[in-house]
Amino acid sequence: MSPATLIVVIAVLGVGTYGMRLAGAVLGGRLQLSPAVGRILPLAAVALLAALAVTAAVTEAGEVAGIARPAGVLAGVIAAWRKAPFIVVVLVAAATAALLRLAGVP
Amino acid sequence: MRSRWRTLDRQLLRDVLAIAVAVGFVGLSFGAIAVASGMPAWAVLAMSIFVFAGGSQFMAVGLLAAGSPIAAVVGGLLLNARHFPFGLAIADVLSGGPVRTPGDGSARPRRHWGRTLIGAHLMVDESVAFALAQPDRPRRVQAYWLTGVLLFSLWQLGTWIGVEIGSAVGDPARYGLDAAFPAALLALLLPRLKDPAALRVALAGAGLAVAASLLPTMTGVMVPAGLPVLLALLGLLAAGRAPRPAPTSDRVSDHDEASDSASDHNEEGARR
Repeated sequence: MSPATLIVVIAVLGVGTYGMRLAGAVLGGRLQLSPAVGRILPLAAVALLAALAVTAAVTEAGEVAGIARPAGVLAGVIAAWRKAPFIVVVLVAAATAALLRLAGVP
Repeated sequence: MRSRWRTLDRQLLRDVLAIAVAVGFVGLSFGAIAVASGMPAWAVLAMSIFVFAGGSQFMAVGLLAAGSPIAAVVGGLLLNARHFPFGLAIADVLSGGPVRTPGDGSARPRRHWGRTLIGAHLMVDESVAFALAQPDRPRRVQAYWLTGVLLFSLWQLGTWIGVEIGSAVGDPARYGLDAAFPAALLALLLPRLKDPAALRVALAGAGLAVAASLLPTMTGVMVPAGLPVLLALLGLLAAGRAPRPAPTSDRVSDHDEASDSASDHNEEGARR
């Protein structure tokens, strides 16, 4: 890893990521959106966030992520569904996964 | 700007702090892992500042260590491509104009470029999710900036500590931090899933993404990282048609639902 390579990788990744962040924010405010598109965009964010959360919960590098992590996430979601405060949701999820792993569950 | 913070919701602050602390610990493990993989400290810190997207940073470090810088860039950009539709979805939050628009809010606020340019860099999954969970624009703006600024700060602090203490950091999975992130995102999404169309879209999107993620193990077909999550956009096909705007009865019931969920929020805020 030469310093030049690192600088180029970080610069291209940083500029590219920023470009995608900014492009959506600017285009979304500028286009005259039809009501149908105005309805679909928040749903698109819901689809992406749900996909991100569920893949992060059950997969790891293209494989099933074991039991402890999905179990922890499930415990957190149940807490959220029962209207537990957000910090409780986060703690329940982490503690469940950590305790299961402590008990030897993968 | 100041009036925005005077009315800062303490409930929101607590919620955001909870996830920001978890993010700080993930940043800490990122710093430690990156240094352990042989990356110089300056590059690790620069990556956290200029990329500020955890998933792509972990992937880039792994691929750089494996000697494939091009894959690190291409994979990272693909993983971060979801920020484009995120930006479209929360463009009103990032326009930077006055928080309170007069009248019914249909008038588009004038853009404040400084806030758009800075705000764009603070766009991460959590700031988008917190913003979307708020019932109106002033609170969306507040939630977005609060989450973005706190997460950015703690991500840098975490990275820096991780770099300093290096291999002394254990695996974040030992503390269950890997379960905290998906649970937090789902908790933020939950109120929106009361809308049947949103629930269908979320289920279809998540199902498609998981199937695509597991495809390599099942069939040996290579799927680049980031693509499964983007495939979730096909889940929008499950949204069905928009309820017709013309009949008055539909309008009224829509409006009722919206104000119901808004008052739910307020009651919860007051109760806690």
